[in-house]
Amino acid sequence: MALKDITMGQYFPGSSPIHRLDPRAKLVALLCYIVALFLAKWFVTYAIVLGALVLVVVLSTVKPKALLRGMKPVVFLLIFTGLLNMFYTPGRTLVSFWVFTITYEGVLHAFFMVVRILMLISCTFLLTYTTSPLALTDGLESLLSPLKKLKVPVHELAMMMSIALRFIPTLIEETDKIMSAQRARGADFDSGNLIQKAKALIPLLVPLFISAFRRADELATAMECRCYHGGTGRTRMNKLSFRPADGVFMALALALAVGVGILAHAGL
Amino acid sequence: MPILETRKLTHIYSQGTPFEHLALDQVDLSVEQGEYLAIIGRTGSGKSTMIQHLNGLLKPTSGEVLFEGEDLWSTKERTRQVRFQVGLVFQYPEYQLFEETVYKDISFGPKNMGLDEDEIDRRVRRSAQFVGLDAELLDKSPFELSGGQKRRVAIAGVIAMEPKVLILDEPTAGLDPAGSAQILENIRTYHKEQNASIILVSHSMDEVAREAQRLVVFRDGTTPFSGAPAEVFTHGEELEAMGLGVPAMTRLFTRLRAMGVDISTPVYTVPQAREAILAALREKGAM
Repeated sequence: MALKDITMGQYFPGSSPIHRLDPRAKLVALLCYIVALFLAKWFVTYAIVLGALVLVVVLSTVKPKALLRGMKPVVFLLIFTGLLNMFYTPGRTLVSFWVFTITYEGVLHAFFMVVRILMLISCTFLLTYTTSPLALTDGLESLLSPLKKLKVPVHELAMMMSIALRFIPTLIEETDKIMSAQRARGADFDSGNLIQKAKALIPLLVPLFISAFRRADELATAMECRCYHGGTGRTRMNKLSFRPADGVFMALALALAVGVGILAHAGL
Repeated sequence: MPILETRKLTHIYSQGTPFEHLALDQVDLSVEQGEYLAIIGRTGSGKSTMIQHLNGLLKPTSGEVLFEGEDLWSTKERTRQVRFQVGLVFQYPEYQLFEETVYKDISFGPKNMGLDEDEIDRRVRRSAQFVGLDAELLDKSPFELSGGQKRRVAIAGVIAMEPKVLILDEPTAGLDPAGSAQILENIRTYHKEQNASIILVSHSMDEVAREAQRLVVFRDGTTPFSGAPAEVFTHGEELEAMGLGVPAMTRLFTRLRAMGVDISTPVYTVPQAREAILAALREKGAM
C-alpha cells in the first residue's frame, strides 16, 4: 500500500496570485463561493460558478490533474448520489424498466448534484493546495478572534489544528514503517475476512498509538522548554497582511454569491 | 550457490511524480550461506531500501532478487515464506512491540508461520536465551523493560523465526556501549550456532571492522567498494570523502606509516594493533 501517495489536503508551494493572497481573504472567498454553489439552480448560474472556478484554477497554476486525482476517494459517493437522484426524482418519465423509472427531472437533478459536489471538492482542494497549513490556521485564528470575547479558546484550537496537520505526514510514515516491520514477521494485512483483517490491525495500531502519545509528550516538553504558555501576548514571525488585492478578491467572491443568488431567484 | 542474490536491482521511489528518486541503481550483491556481511553507507545511500528488497517488503522497479536461486516474487506465497527465511530487524525495533507480554510478542512471528504450540514454546525460550533475556522476563509487559531489554525482545522476535539470513539495520543505534556490545555478542552467537548468514547495516566503521567478514559500501544507490575489511580500508581517502572514514586504528597506523614506522600488515581493530605493535617492537629487539 502506497500511503505516501495520498494527496488529499496537501500543499503545493508556488508563487501564483492565488498563492500570494491573504489566507483570510481565501477563507472568506471560499465561504462565499460555497454559498453561491448552493444557490445555483439552472444552467446559467451553474455556468457562472463553474467559470469562476476555472478562472481561479488557471490563476493558481495548480495542475487540473492534481485536482482530479483528489477526486478518487469520492468516486463511489458521486456514482451513488447520481444514481439515487436519477431514480428517485418524480417527474416526466424518460425510460422505465422493471421497478425503475428514470425521469427527465431526475437526470437533470443527478447531473447538477454531481457537478455541484465536484465543484465543492475542487474549491476546497484549491484552498489547501495553494495555502500552507500554517497560513491556513493563522488565517482561521485571525478570523475567529472576535469569539475570544466569548471565552472561546480560539488560539488553542488553532494551535491544535496546526499540530494535527503537522503530524499527518509523520504518522503516515510511522504507519508505513510499523507495517513493514510486522510484515517482516509474517503479518498479513491484505487477506482474510473482515474480522481477520480487523485483528491483523492490532499489531499496527498498538505501536502507532504508543508512539503518537510518546511524540505528544515530547512535543509538549519541547514547547514548554521554549516557554510556550498559550496565546496571550504571543507575537508572530510571519504577520498576516491584508493587501488591496485581497479586498478585491473577497469583494468579487461576495459579488458572485449575491449575483448568483439574484439570478437563481429569477429561475436561471 | 549464494543463499541470497540481487541482479541489477533498481528501485525508484514515487516514479512518475515530481518526487521521483532513484534509490538503487543496478546493484549486484550476493550473500553466501554462513557469511557475516556488513553494509555501510551514509544516510540516504540506499542501504535501507536495499535490505527491504532482500525479504520482499519492497518490489524492485527492475532487476531481481533471488533466494536460494529462485525469484522472491514468483508467487505471493513464496514472498511470504521468504520473509520467514530472511529475518529483518528494523532500526529501533523496540517501537514495534505490541503484545501484553514479552512471551506473546516473541511468539508473533512463529505463530504467523503456523507452527504448533510446542514448537512455538521451544523457539520463544531459545531465542530469549540467545539474546540473554531471563526466563522471568517473559511474563512481563514489554513496556516495563529498559530500552536495551526492549530492543533485545524485538530482536528475539525475529530470531524466533529461525531465519537462514538475519538482517539488522543499525541494531546498536542509541544504546550505551555495554548494551551495544551485548547485542553484537548475541548476533555473533546466532551466526555461529545456526550457521546463519548475517547482514549488519551500520555506519560505524569500527563496529563493522570488528564484526564482519566482508564489507559492502553504498554510495548514492551503487556499491563502489566491497570485499574483506582490509581490502575496503585501502580506499581510505575515498571513504573519507564519502564521509565514512576508516576505523580509528587504521587511521592511526596510516599516520604511523607516514611517519616512517615500518608496519605493513593491515590493521583495523585494537587487538590487531596490539599484535602489530608487539611484532614491530620484537623485530627491533626491544623486547
